[in-house]
Amino acid sequence: MTDTTAVSTANAAPNNQAPVGPWREFWAYFSENKGAVAGLGFFVVLVVVALLADFIAPHDPIEQYREHFLVPPVWVDGGSWDFLLGTDAVGRDILSRLMFGARYSLFIGCIVVSGAAVVGIAIGLFAGYLGGWVDTVAMRVMDILLSYPPLLLALVFVAILGPGLENAIVAIAVIQLPHYVRLTRASVMSERNRDYVTSARVAGAGTLRLVTVTILPNCMAPIIVQAALSFSTAILDAAALGFLGMGAQPPLPEWGTMLAEAREFILRAWWVVTFPGVAILVTVLAINLMGDGLRDALDPKLKRS
Amino acid sequence: MNAQTPLLSGNDLTRHYDITGKRFGEKLSVKALQGVSFQLDKGETLAVVGESGCGKSTLARLITMIESPTAGSFRIGETVVDRDTGKPGKELRAAVQIVFQDPYSSLNPRQKVGTILAEPLLINHPEISRADREKKARDMLALVGLRPEHYDRYPHMFSGGQRQRIAVARALMMNPKVLVLDEPVSALDLSVQAQILNLLVDLQDEFGLAYLFISHDLSVVRHMADRVMVMYLGRPVEYGERDEIFNNPKHPYTKALLSATPVADPEHTKQRLKLEGELPSPINPPAGCAFHPRCPVAIDRCAKERPDLEAVAGRDVSCWRAGESV
Amino acid sequence: MSLLEIENLTVEFQTAQGQFRAVDGVSLSVDQGELMAIVGESGSGKSVSMLALMGLLPWTATITADRLEFDGIDLVRQSARDRRKVIGKDMAMIFQEPMTSLNPCFTVGFQITEALKTHLGGSRATRRARAVELLNLVGLPEPERRLNAFPHQLSGGMNQRVMIAIAIACRPKLLIADEPTTALDVTIQAQILDLLLDLREKEGMALILITHDMGVVAETAERVSVQYAGQKVEEQKVRDLFRDPHHPYTSALLSALPERAQGKKLPTLPGVVPGLFDRPEGCLFAPRCAHAFDLCHKRQAVQAGAEDGFALCHTPLRKGVPTSLEGASLEGQVRS
Repeated sequence: MTDTTAVSTANAAPNNQAPVGPWREFWAYFSENKGAVAGLGFFVVLVVVALLADFIAPHDPIEQYREHFLVPPVWVDGGSWDFLLGTDAVGRDILSRLMFGARYSLFIGCIVVSGAAVVGIAIGLFAGYLGGWVDTVAMRVMDILLSYPPLLLALVFVAILGPGLENAIVAIAVIQLPHYVRLTRASVMSERNRDYVTSARVAGAGTLRLVTVTILPNCMAPIIVQAALSFSTAILDAAALGFLGMGAQPPLPEWGTMLAEAREFILRAWWVVTFPGVAILVTVLAINLMGDGLRDALDPKLKRS
Repeated sequence: MNAQTPLLSGNDLTRHYDITGKRFGEKLSVKALQGVSFQLDKGETLAVVGESGCGKSTLARLITMIESPTAGSFRIGETVVDRDTGKPGKELRAAVQIVFQDPYSSLNPRQKVGTILAEPLLINHPEISRADREKKARDMLALVGLRPEHYDRYPHMFSGGQRQRIAVARALMMNPKVLVLDEPVSALDLSVQAQILNLLVDLQDEFGLAYLFISHDLSVVRHMADRVMVMYLGRPVEYGERDEIFNNPKHPYTKALLSATPVADPEHTKQRLKLEGELPSPINPPAGCAFHPRCPVAIDRCAKERPDLEAVAGRDVSCWRAGESV
Repeated sequence: MSLLEIENLTVEFQTAQGQFRAVDGVSLSVDQGELMAIVGESGSGKSVSMLALMGLLPWTATITADRLEFDGIDLVRQSARDRRKVIGKDMAMIFQEPMTSLNPCFTVGFQITEALKTHLGGSRATRRARAVELLNLVGLPEPERRLNAFPHQLSGGMNQRVMIAIAIACRPKLLIADEPTTALDVTIQAQILDLLLDLREKEGMALILITHDMGVVAETAERVSVQYAGQKVEEQKVRDLFRDPHHPYTSALLSALPERAQGKKLPTLPGVVPGLFDRPEGCLFAPRCAHAFDLCHKRQAVQAGAEDGFALCHTPLRKGVPTSLEGASLEGQVRS
């Protein structure tokens, strides 16, 4: 026995120059998508701006400069270097408001995505693994949530809970829940009959361990992609609620709320509406591009060997 | 057999799966396994041979206690397991372990080799310290012919043969008495297959393991087995010593299987015993002997009555014509 | 003149980790009506070389060849459009997984007549009649009824028969069967192999059988080409190959067969096929070879003559013993 083991040890030599690590492989696929890299770049800039808003914003976002109502951006006649992107109807600096607004948008995105993902994954894991009535009940509830137009449902929740940023976040998280549940359930159902799950069962693993330690890490790739893409949906929905007056309340510099306040000046002062709109557009676009790159990098079906 | 109780024995094991038919509410049952009895001793290899749908994988699921039998029972040492046995305790659990066919799906791709090996100990013996677990896992790696630095790698960095070594190592972590080998070399290349078979032979010699060796490859079975059970559509059709069965098969299905297996020798000429048709559905198996629609020597009686396993020429055969020289 | 002539075919894949050479200078020639087997383990490039011939590789593959001639047509200089007229008609292929090779959305009849329509034309009724005839030919019971069946309603063996029917629909001159029986049970495997041999005789087509199963090779093929790590390492008549393999790889492969085992221990072939990162400098087989010496690790192997089975080896085996290098002094060379 001993000598044969020694022989086969020497023989079972591995590939010594090990293949590239998972992170480098991930980056190789991700960086192939130029749009995704651009999206990632913009997103990083946005995060930095939001974090450093206190230091780099030229003005206080809610301070009203009484002598500077509706000052146009600097490159337009009558513009001033004090207010690069102009001011709004009560004399607040739009650039500073956008910078602070980025904080709210990212905050909403993070909270909504993590909340919806954690709850959704938990429900999806157990529904998919246990099946039977647990599955039926969970999926029918999710079907009901999915059968309403999402914004309408969010409005209903906010109407019940009362307007405000926190309640808007809860409402948006609830309407995103079904997507996570369905996605998780589908991947759990395809993983649970694989041999490695059976071997863990033969080794004596209980349901909780099987679901969380054995199965969950193998279902993460599509969930990460979904999380990235729903980050932008959350920002968009929060802006929509803010625009309808049901989300963040003035004077918070939330982008949707800024849009709503600027509605009446659309014809007289285009910059008041345009810049928050552009901010939302570019942010959502960047995150979606990034999500596409993640999908290319993580989805094994799209990988070439 | 002497009076000593065997390590593992099956007694009339049966497993049916209930399914709902196409028409509304119609209850059907798939008779995946019916009336399987066998004995397996320490250091012995029992091969279970048959084509897809013959119930060999169902047998593996019963013996490893992933599922419980619909009827019948099996015995591991002194403990009897039947349909009323609940979740097995850790001693029972540890006694039987399994190695699967496909080493690409049987290892968790998100766990490192060390974690995979240590997991059974972590679950069943949480009292063992982390350092002891790690030591045992590293020893096991060496035992199956892998190197210590493999401990921290992920399964995708290994070739098929190396993965199968890891799977064997994991199965041995609990010091089992019986190893169920479910087509352990079918997914491997020929040269690697020989390496794994040698490893299994070594491990059996060293630890006196009993193997339940499930395979469709008769040349591998002939090399590995002490005794052979040939199955067709959920039932054993021939059961006996390897040499008896390979040199002088009595059941027409065994004969057909042997003659259909290609022999790697171009100078070997043989009479092909050709089987017509396909496997019948296990939902609705043919009346009488399940093999009679494809059997070249079937008689009227075969369609009406089902033959039981009976001792003929030193092995058990279920065929009405086993005693004749056909 | 032979039907198929491949000279120095090389296929490279572009992967995230760099260029991977899957097929490395393979040459092959198949005569009219001949039965050729290509044997090799996974990663030997046996399927890839045939897929390259059929033009079925993805865009990441780069194919180069000195000569690629089928039935007098030069496939290298031919446009993809012209190539499609030949493929599926004069040259057809069947695959390992019959269940996934057929489109689950269409009936068997539709899929057979589709091939007929593309290449032969004719009226609906004649195509249908030909489809029934084909299913009869491949031994599918009740062909009229089976025409309306969907692939999932048939067993694996029946689906493989349907695949064969589609492949031979246009009376090809060459049929390439890529592991046609690997996914099937032993008794069904015997049926399908018999069918292929039978059809070859009846239709007079050449057959290339790609397989890893030495038993299948021994029982069916006339000439065998052995591939290892993308290279052809040996080519011989089947009897000679099994009696006296000239390349150490073939020899080791044959002795690893359980049925040739003496005692409980099998002679093994150590190690694994070289991958993308550990391609040796010299002979690709040297790290695993029992007979390798210094030269093998340094210089790429050269092809031996016909008497040594075209073995890609510095010292081809004869009766299991390496021949000495001509000219080069073996004395002083320490065998490693």
